[in-house]
Amino acid sequence: MKPAPFEYVRPHTLDEVLRLLAEHGDAAKLIAGGQSLVPMMNFRMARPALLIDINGLATLDYHRRDGDTLVIGALARHATLSASALVRSLCPLISDAYLHVAHGAVRNRGTLCGNLCHADPASEMPAVMLVLGATLVLRSAKGERRVSATEFFQGIYATAVTASEMLVEVRIPVSDVRCGHAFEEVSARKGDYAMALVASTLDVRGGRIHAAALAYAGVSDRAVRIASLEARLVGQVPSQTLFDEVAAAAADSIDVSEDQHADRAYRRDLIRTLTPRALAQAAARAAA
Amino acid sequence: MAHEQIALALTVNGKPVNRRVPPRMLLSDFLRHELHLTGTHVGCEHGVCGTCNVEVDGKVVRSCLMFAVQVEACAVNTVESLGTIAKLHPLQQAFWEKHGLQCGFCTPGMLMTAKELLANNPNPTREDVADAISGNLCRCTGYQTIIDAVMSAAEAMRNTELNEVTSS
Repeated sequence: MKPAPFEYVRPHTLDEVLRLLAEHGDAAKLIAGGQSLVPMMNFRMARPALLIDINGLATLDYHRRDGDTLVIGALARHATLSASALVRSLCPLISDAYLHVAHGAVRNRGTLCGNLCHADPASEMPAVMLVLGATLVLRSAKGERRVSATEFFQGIYATAVTASEMLVEVRIPVSDVRCGHAFEEVSARKGDYAMALVASTLDVRGGRIHAAALAYAGVSDRAVRIASLEARLVGQVPSQTLFDEVAAAAADSIDVSEDQHADRAYRRDLIRTLTPRALAQAAARAAA
Repeated sequence: MAHEQIALALTVNGKPVNRRVPPRMLLSDFLRHELHLTGTHVGCEHGVCGTCNVEVDGKVVRSCLMFAVQVEACAVNTVESLGTIAKLHPLQQAFWEKHGLQCGFCTPGMLMTAKELLANNPNPTREDVADAISGNLCRCTGYQTIIDAVMSAAEAMRNTELNEVTSS
C-alpha cells in the first residue's frame, strides 16, 4: 500500500508542464487533486517514473462565464464548483450531480478536469459533460486541440488525451433556460461510485419534446450518450408510457457490465427504474 | 535508481517543521513516522475510510492521498491540534459524553471532519452531520452516537460563542 519510488517536480508555468510532458511522455503523470491517481499509485496499479504536480499553477484554478459558455480550468476543485452559485445558475445539472460526487475531504482536493481524465466508468461528471455537450481543451507543447465529450471518453480509464497532452479547460455551453434537467443515481452509499446513473436534459415546447439529451454511467465501460434513445423522445408528448418505453430500450441497447457491486440483471433494473424518474423530473422542470 | 530527497518546510499544528523526505512518502506516513504524531490513523490507504483526515490550509483532506512533498509551505493541523487531556476540545468532550466512540480508531478522522463541518455550518441538522461524516467509516457505533456527539458539540460551541459575545 505504498507507492513505488518516483521523481517529483512542481512547475510554476504551463509551458514548463508541457515541456516536461513532451520530454517524458508515458513515463510521466500529471497530478492535480490526486484523489484517483494516488490510490492507484498506492496499489501500484500506476507507477509513473515522474510525477508532475500542477498544483503550483494557481492561474488554472478558475471557473467563469465566457459569453454563452461556462469555462472551468484544470485546477478548479469539486468543492468550489459544487458550491458555486455561478455553476448553479448556468448549468444546474452539474450542481445536482455534485450531490452524488464523493465525500467532503475528496471534493476539497479533487478537480473536475482530473476526474474527467481519470474516466472512471462509474463516475458522475463524464455523463454530465456528455449531456451538456462539453468541449475539452487539450494542450501540448505543439499546440492546442479541442475535442467533444463524445470523442473524449474512450473506455475504462481511457480518454483522447495523449501522453504529451494536458486537459487545460472544459467549455460547457450555458444551459437554455427552457431546458429541464435531472440527475438520478443509485450507489451502495451516498458518495460512492454509481451502480447506475442517468443524466438528462429535456427542452419541451408547445407540449412536445423539442430536444433531448440522455446519458448513462456506471452501467458499461464508459459514460454513454445514446442518440437513438434521444430520437425516440423528440417530437413526442412527455408521458410515463413514453419514458417507460425509452427506459426499456435503454436497458436492452446498452452493453451492460457486471461486477462484485451489481450483476447485469440488477443494473438493467436500475436503468428501467431511474430513466423514467429522470425524464419525468426533467420534463416537469422544463418551461412549458 | 537513486531518488533524491526533497527539502520540506511547513507548519504542523502551529509549529514550523523542516525535513527532507522522499517524494513517495505519504503525508499520513510523514505525520506518523517522521513527526510521531500518531493521532492521525491509517486505515485503508486508498481514500475510502477517512480515518487519516487532516486539515491542510484550512481544508480537510485525506492524508493518505497526498504526498508529504505536496504540503510544502502549507499549514497542516492534525487531531493533536484540537485539545489536551486537561482541556478537551468541545468536540472531544462531546464524543466522550455521548459515547461517540467505542474502539476509537475512526475518531481522529471523525473529529477533523466534524470540526470543518461546524466551522462552515455552526447549526447543522442531523442530516447535515450524517452527510458530512459519510466519507468516514466507523465499524463500532452505528454512527448515531457520533451524530449525537457532533450535535451536542455544535450546541456547546454556539453557547460559548454567545457567552463571549454577550460578555464582551
